[in-house]
Amino acid sequence: MLGNLLLIDIHTAFPEIYLALASMALLLYGVFRGDGKAEEVCRLAVILLLGGIYFVYQNQTQNALAFNGLFKLDGFSSYLKILCLSASILTLMISVNYLKLQNSLRFEFPVLVMLATLGMMMMVSANDLISVYIAVELQSLSLYVLAAIRRDTYKSTEAGLKYFILGALSSGMLLYGMSLVYGFSGTTNFDSLAVVFESGTLHIGIVVGLVFMIAALAFKISGAPFHMWTPDVYEGAPTPITAFFAVGPKVAAIGLFIRVMMDPFADLIGQWQQVIILISIASMVVGAFGAIAQTNIKRLLAYSSIGHMGYALIGLATGTEEGIRGIIIYMTLYLAMSIGAFAIIIAMRKSDRVVENISDLAGLSKSHPMMAMAMAIFMFSMAGIPPLAGFLGKLYVFLSAVEAGLYGLAVIGVLSSVVAAYYYIRIIKVMYFDESSEMIDRNRPGVLNTVIAGSSLFTVGFFLYPSPIIAAAGVAANSFFDIL
Amino acid sequence: MIESLPLLSLITFLPLVGVLFILTIPRAADTNARWVALWVSLATFALSLTLWFQFDRTTADFQFVEYIPWIEDYNISYHMGVDGISVLFVLLSTFLIPICILASWTAITSRLREYMIAFLVLETLMVGMFCALDLFVFYVFFEAVLIPMFLIIGIWGGENRVYASFKFFLYTLAGSVLMLIAVLAMYLAAGTSSIPDLMAFNFPTGWQIWMWLAFFASFAVKVPMWPVHTWLPDAHVQAPTAGSVILAGVLLKMGGYGFLRFSLPIFPYASDYFIPLVFGLSVVAVIYTSLVALAQKDMKKLIAYSSVAHMGFVTLGIFTMNLQGIQGSILQMISHGLVSGALFLCVGVLYDRLHTKEISRFGGLVHIMPMYAFFFMIFTMASIGLPGTSGFSGEFLILTGAFKANTTVTFLAAIGVVLGAAYMLWLYKRVIFGKLEKADLKQMPDLSVREITVFVPLAILVFWIGIYPNDFLEIMEPSVSNLIDNYHLAMHSYNTPQLAGL
Repeated sequence: MLGNLLLIDIHTAFPEIYLALASMALLLYGVFRGDGKAEEVCRLAVILLLGGIYFVYQNQTQNALAFNGLFKLDGFSSYLKILCLSASILTLMISVNYLKLQNSLRFEFPVLVMLATLGMMMMVSANDLISVYIAVELQSLSLYVLAAIRRDTYKSTEAGLKYFILGALSSGMLLYGMSLVYGFSGTTNFDSLAVVFESGTLHIGIVVGLVFMIAALAFKISGAPFHMWTPDVYEGAPTPITAFFAVGPKVAAIGLFIRVMMDPFADLIGQWQQVIILISIASMVVGAFGAIAQTNIKRLLAYSSIGHMGYALIGLATGTEEGIRGIIIYMTLYLAMSIGAFAIIIAMRKSDRVVENISDLAGLSKSHPMMAMAMAIFMFSMAGIPPLAGFLGKLYVFLSAVEAGLYGLAVIGVLSSVVAAYYYIRIIKVMYFDESSEMIDRNRPGVLNTVIAGSSLFTVGFFLYPSPIIAAAGVAANSFFDIL
Repeated sequence: MIESLPLLSLITFLPLVGVLFILTIPRAADTNARWVALWVSLATFALSLTLWFQFDRTTADFQFVEYIPWIEDYNISYHMGVDGISVLFVLLSTFLIPICILASWTAITSRLREYMIAFLVLETLMVGMFCALDLFVFYVFFEAVLIPMFLIIGIWGGENRVYASFKFFLYTLAGSVLMLIAVLAMYLAAGTSSIPDLMAFNFPTGWQIWMWLAFFASFAVKVPMWPVHTWLPDAHVQAPTAGSVILAGVLLKMGGYGFLRFSLPIFPYASDYFIPLVFGLSVVAVIYTSLVALAQKDMKKLIAYSSVAHMGFVTLGIFTMNLQGIQGSILQMISHGLVSGALFLCVGVLYDRLHTKEISRFGGLVHIMPMYAFFFMIFTMASIGLPGTSGFSGEFLILTGAFKANTTVTFLAAIGVVLGAAYMLWLYKRVIFGKLEKADLKQMPDLSVREITVFVPLAILVFWIGIYPNDFLEIMEPSVSNLIDNYHLAMHSYNTPQLAGL
């Protein structure tokens, strides 16, 4: 009987178990082969992560709880897991060459990416405060190390340290919030918590705990006013690592945010809605105005991602199925645009030096017309100009906001998107209107071109046939509104 | 047979085929891009002429309708069709693009392929916008126009092009994002995004006010109405000649078209409620910007301000809510598209030769450029509204309509007609007449064959609309009458309960 149950558990969490074992095996293999073969380890990691996608896909049809309700498998988690895995695969693909040229390609890098991905997958599947915490820590610790992976440079170590200290603070807040919630409700399981809150009795301690948890989660998605670390870490970390930070962990953290708000605390929407609205507005405004004065393109994208999280949170603030669906669509498109934009930044080198200033893109449209066109597509898309993908992402989020009657939030959102449009088109201006002094190197690795071309085609072509992704997001969002 | 073809989609997307062709041209053979763009745009125009011949002038219904489900989960469809109001704008767009391409034949030398691609994409977006019968399809086309226009101003524009392109982009974007919220709210309230269905839907009056204002924010910037017109002079002055032509010729019409397609039929109550506001702003636009135009030293800026004034007539005519007023507005929009486009081309001719647009640099051109003086004269007269030219038919109908609605406003707007004559004639005098004194002017050649080819079709149309406007009025009449009938019907239903209460 017990053995049978365990088998079911293993089956439910199989992709995670597989990935854990695979990353450990890969670690051993990496140690065995040494740093010289790090490229090979990266390639293996890509294949192993592809295997992860396959297993998630195989498992997605069933909804199940495992390990006494610590772990939950549903349409929502499956969808986001595939997103996170794809993000990790794409980052690994665009990173290898860059890190090799910087002499910082170690075999630990792909292993850490895999472990972080495992953490992300557990985050979106967590169904208990304890498993939330374990998953968040697994992911965060991998990220701290990744930020500092160029330990011989001042900037990278500073970024890692900053990220670690602030991240530890937020983890502490998360834990503190959880302990309050547990103390006043007597349970850590999401389903039991939901039952407790259904009854309607609400102690103020629960609310305090909830706010602490929201603050910690907002830190993880870099929502304002908990965004301070983002520009520094984005700037300091090596560009491929920044690309990694910008996509996978954001998707997972948003997923966890949704999970925590919509599963155990769904009935307390009256308590948390205003907090989310506030974070959303603050993020949109900070993202829009903060980026204007930036000269470093990574810092600019850091602010841009803060803004994007603000838009995604609009969907959560509604607390409706439409809203969740909007976020899922938004994050999918955000992933494609960000990976593409970062792939271009990774390609930015002049005479084999890494350059990161916006002004270094000057004249790109003449020297690299295709690359400039791709970047212009990403920037217009991030600005939300139709018919590009980013517009449709914003459309669904705003649709849910209007449907929920949050007109004020929607209006602030669209107005801040106009401000944000300023700095996006500034990049286009630099590429197309300005003359260049020194050309960006031509020898881009082929895989980078493939990623850039693929994501720009996706960004342009998404509107032609959006139905599959929209339908899939609909199924995923339905998980919270359908009884298991 | 032709009925079964998706004619509107063909017209809309044919230019994109040209884009694909241009992309295959090697960089070295850049100049071929001109020919490809010209032939494709001419083919598009020829195709769009079938609309003119096949259009059923007896019905107000949408014709050539196409319907393909697009985002099924949200019940959004690719829905296209034209009625008497939009068909003329489609033709105007397809007519002006080949002219623009011809006009930039020698003026544009850098990044020729990209330039032609930008214009062809722009054509697709403009035509698509006028044909769209789904709210979201409309919005996508409406907003996407920003991308090619931003690049046209920014890459091939004048000295201060960055400022102008940013101002253009951000102004229009700020206006239209508010419209997006209204679009979403309408879609959720009515449960459909089909424009014909929305026209039949009865929105609550309080709602209409807000929705109308949101749409107004977008259309007023596009038209542009005073006081949100300030982007226009900058954009016009900095844009390359063909960019100005398309900006004045078609992009400004998107605002007027928006009022006719959305504000009046979908929000009749709010449109009625805001008549004083629109009248007020229109009159200010007509008088104030005419005075501003008088003070300009730059030819393009002068014509840009005159555009604002002429579009003031258009908004005035639309909100008279009677047949003459609205028909006059549409006619005036078509006429203004041709005339101001032609005037920008006239400025472009001089700019190509002397690289300046300053009025004081010219004078006495009639002595060396008689052909030029002749065409410039035609379009100056059309801009003033001389009987026999297109400007007269439009303005006369608008003023007739306005007289029925409000005599004071008509009186004030008529002052604008006088001022219009003043600034245009004065401009003409300073550039064309007088003594030919400046040395560099004496070397200027008269119009080339290419330039004459550009002006002749414009002049023919200007006279056609001026002398026999019936061909154009007839095509729009059923749709406009239908619009007005529905408006009065709706207003009647709003007023009846109040009367019963008395």
